[in-house]
Amino acid sequence: MRAQDVYKKNIENDSLWNKILNKTFVIKKIALGSVIPIILVLLWQLVSVYGLIPSYLLPSPSTVIMTLIDLSKNGELLAHVEITTYRILIGFISGSIAAIILGSITGYYRVAFQLLDPLIQALRAIPSLAWVPLFILWLGIGEGSKVILIAVGVFFPVYLNWVTGIKGVDKNYVEVGNLYHFTTIETIRRILFPAALPHLLTGLRSGLGLGWMFVVAAELMGTSKGLGYLMVYGQNNSAPELILGSIFLFAILGKLTDGILVYIERRVLHWQNSFGKESKNVSS
Amino acid sequence: MSVLKVEDLYRTFNNGKKAFYPLNFQVEKHEIIGILGTSGCGKSTLLRVLSGLDMEYEGVIKVNREVHRGTHEKVGFVFQQPRLMPWLTVEENVSFGLKGKDKLSKANKFLDLVCLKDYHKHYPSELSGGMAQRVAIARALVTTPEILLLDEPFSALDAFTKMNLQDLLLDLWNKCKSTMVLVTHDIDEALYLCDRLFIFRGQPGELVKEISIDTPRPRLRSDVQLAQLKTQVIQQLQLQPEWQI
Repeated sequence: MRAQDVYKKNIENDSLWNKILNKTFVIKKIALGSVIPIILVLLWQLVSVYGLIPSYLLPSPSTVIMTLIDLSKNGELLAHVEITTYRILIGFISGSIAAIILGSITGYYRVAFQLLDPLIQALRAIPSLAWVPLFILWLGIGEGSKVILIAVGVFFPVYLNWVTGIKGVDKNYVEVGNLYHFTTIETIRRILFPAALPHLLTGLRSGLGLGWMFVVAAELMGTSKGLGYLMVYGQNNSAPELILGSIFLFAILGKLTDGILVYIERRVLHWQNSFGKESKNVSS
Repeated sequence: MSVLKVEDLYRTFNNGKKAFYPLNFQVEKHEIIGILGTSGCGKSTLLRVLSGLDMEYEGVIKVNREVHRGTHEKVGFVFQQPRLMPWLTVEENVSFGLKGKDKLSKANKFLDLVCLKDYHKHYPSELSGGMAQRVAIARALVTTPEILLLDEPFSALDAFTKMNLQDLLLDLWNKCKSTMVLVTHDIDEALYLCDRLFIFRGQPGELVKEISIDTPRPRLRSDVQLAQLKTQVIQQLQLQPEWQI
């Protein structure tokens, strides 16, 4: 027992030490990642200040920031951000859910795969923006057509990754379930789903990226609110700072939502012992 | 009383080839049967058929005197690879086939049996090969099977771990009172563990000889009687002794 106590204590010390190390590591990583963006922004500011590029084409970063601050004072900016995020959220969630359900069916049942997959792959080959006229014709230029366009964009990468994931699950794991008389639902829920989860998260991340792409397309096609509208407005009123400001916000929102998915990915897939992982704390 | 009885059992592959010739044998309660043969003689296929994982066979399998087809709750299986679910902790892996509230406490009881109680919260990627296989054995035993089928369970392990686990297996066999059928290509392992050996040979495999080992347990690995039996086994397998280095 004594030897075990010593062992446990060692592990505790180690994990404390690791935590401190991890913190400095994270700070270092963030600092390293921001070096180049900061340099670029400084260069941009210099270029604008010395008038190398006229400000009606490329306003300085400080102008862009000031415009954003001005807009946010009366709450207008927040309203635009809100409606865009709302569209993304609804489109992303409904597209993902449809992809997960359909993918579970075609991934598990071979007949369903043979029946449905060729059709889905053919639909996937259609550039999603080609749907825009049809959706507008069917649903008008209201929220419905926008959300559905985003959902369609999100659906395909999620579906593709999910089905690939399920089909790629090691048969050996399924056999273990067979030994315990797992039902189809149990096999899907307890073996196929967790084993294919890494693929699903990859799919969700690329789906979200496409979702942001399509929200811009949807908002360019006619609306009076949203970041996409702000861009069109900026274009029509020759206000490049509005366009740049919207692009800046898209970058932030995109990175933020992707960060949420990465966080979820880390929490859910903490069991993975893979090459890309930065550090591994055995005892945690 | 025979726990497992096999009548005219054979399995034909899709290309018409047989995995092994029709088999007849029975396994008594609390026996350890070793199935020994060169590679490709269908011994792993036989074990998969017995476990119910492979159902495309002809003939009859009787478990506890009742004809049975498919996986059986009284038949456990230990694979060559541990096949632990990497997303589950050790205790969750052991309780994988259990239902009900006390499944984790039951799992921990069996983890204690394989001396891995301290590792119950670890993930499979943090275990060594021998530890992972011990977890797999605990998972097979946790449903208290009457018959435990083992498909070359120690073949991927180093020699020392292997000997340790062989002793552990005998210990578990004593405690759990189970019957075991062990497929192996390790003659020493078979002689050390088993009561009876079925020697398979050829493609498709044929049960050419049954050898009883009466040496009482605990056996010495260096036992003279076992060494003599080893010569007999090698003869039966028709391996030229000079092939062995």
